[in-house]
Amino acid sequence: MSSFLQHTFDGLVSGAFLALLALGLSVIFGMLRVVNFAHGACYMLGAVGTYLLLTEFGIPFWWALLIVPLVLGAFGMAVERTLVHPLARLDPLYNFLLTFGLTLVLQDLVKLRYGTTSSPYATPAGLTGTVDFGLFDFPAYRVFVLAFAAVACAGVWWLLGHTRVGMVVRAATERPELTRALGIDVGRWVTPVFGFGIALAAVAGVLAAPMRAVNPLMGADLVIVVFAVVVIGGLGSIFGSVAAGFGIGLVQAWGESYLDQWPIVAQTSVFVIMAVVLLWRPAGLFGREEAPA
Amino acid sequence: MLRVEGLHAWYGEATVLRDVALTVAPGEVVTLVGRNGAGKSTLLRCVMGLHPGRRGTISLDDRDIGSLPAHRRARLGLGWVPDDRGAYASLSVTENLTLPPAVGPDPWSLDRVYETFPVLHERRNSAATQLSGGEQQMLALARVLRMGARVLLCDEPTEGLAPLLVARVADILRQVRDQGTAVLLVEQNLRFATGVADRHHLLAEGRVVETLRNDEVREREGELLTYLGI
Repeated sequence: MSSFLQHTFDGLVSGAFLALLALGLSVIFGMLRVVNFAHGACYMLGAVGTYLLLTEFGIPFWWALLIVPLVLGAFGMAVERTLVHPLARLDPLYNFLLTFGLTLVLQDLVKLRYGTTSSPYATPAGLTGTVDFGLFDFPAYRVFVLAFAAVACAGVWWLLGHTRVGMVVRAATERPELTRALGIDVGRWVTPVFGFGIALAAVAGVLAAPMRAVNPLMGADLVIVVFAVVVIGGLGSIFGSVAAGFGIGLVQAWGESYLDQWPIVAQTSVFVIMAVVLLWRPAGLFGREEAPA
Repeated sequence: MLRVEGLHAWYGEATVLRDVALTVAPGEVVTLVGRNGAGKSTLLRCVMGLHPGRRGTISLDDRDIGSLPAHRRARLGLGWVPDDRGAYASLSVTENLTLPPAVGPDPWSLDRVYETFPVLHERRNSAATQLSGGEQQMLALARVLRMGARVLLCDEPTEGLAPLLVARVADILRQVRDQGTAVLLVEQNLRFATGVADRHHLLAEGRVVETLRNDEVREREGELLTYLGI
């Protein structure tokens, strides 16, 4: 029983990363119809940025949690304006190729400067101990990650559901053409939304720095799983992305613990689930069939 | 005054509209009548700025709006009621109504909308796509009234409505017409059309082949219905 709780907790923590990344990917896809392959690289930049702020400038974790998402969000907006936007009128494949290329460039730039070895990052001050849950002790930092990600996801959910900006984003995601015809300059919202999605990936990266190996390729495999998560939840569905993120985190953690003789099963379980979901509900668990423009 | 001159439109190689000209003055209802595929919806989409394959002049109060993007045209007072009713599934009824900015000099207040359409008030917190077809039609119409649009572009607002609701839509269109709103109406229901409109343009193969007055439509109703294939 206690090991089950342990695995469940670990699953929720890795699910928190998947949820944050899937959320950003989903918001970007909804508004721009762009599948941002560079999302994993932005997550990596978040972690590397956190590491560099500490080693180069002595800026601690808590400041990094504020600075890195802002800087990468601005970087994302610049990329949208200069690279993504000019390709928006062409086949979506062009932007997929662009963000794929961007991923390789970003990974290699980091590799060139810092190599491929992983760098350790100390657990932030104040979160070094464990939290006693009665039956159990969990590392305080992981409890923090889970709580932070949950609050961030809930915050984005609230923002989309209860603000004017959120209403415009929902409308533009569902029916871009109609939304323009109703007097809303959809194009004006595209750049900030892209930046926001990238900032969410950066938050995940910052949170990852103290508990995962920081290296140029840390986002490369993760982004594939995140794609699967977004597809399972339903492309463009915010709730679906978050729910599927936590769900897949759990499935992976349980799989790795109880099916450890068959690692291949645990590793491919995500993609098997994705295939089954696609056969059963092509729009994903919480997705809608694409409405006419 | 909405004015369309020398409008040509196409989808790829296929021409949909050929040299169409028409005007709609404030306080006037003009219908477009024609078979399916005659280009009626495309004409509304061209006016709204949603159809890229077009050339010709579109002006509003002598201002050329032909090169403006759709959202700018909406802000100048064009209100589009799309043929599929344009209800957002991810927005509540109230959000569907308050999404567009108020653009005209006399936008309806939310209270006035709910007074005129009590059923929308009852369902105000539901997702708009959970409304019945008729209710969605009311919603689409109410939305452009709330914007205060000066020119309504209505694409078959009575399609699939029960007779009682058709009469209701007619009432509302007459009411906004009397207040000086211009209405360009795509319509297959000739009885409804003659009840609200002043002039009728018969569209065939992308051209306006005839322009009829109400009495002419009534006189030739049988012939027109046969032609329209209804």
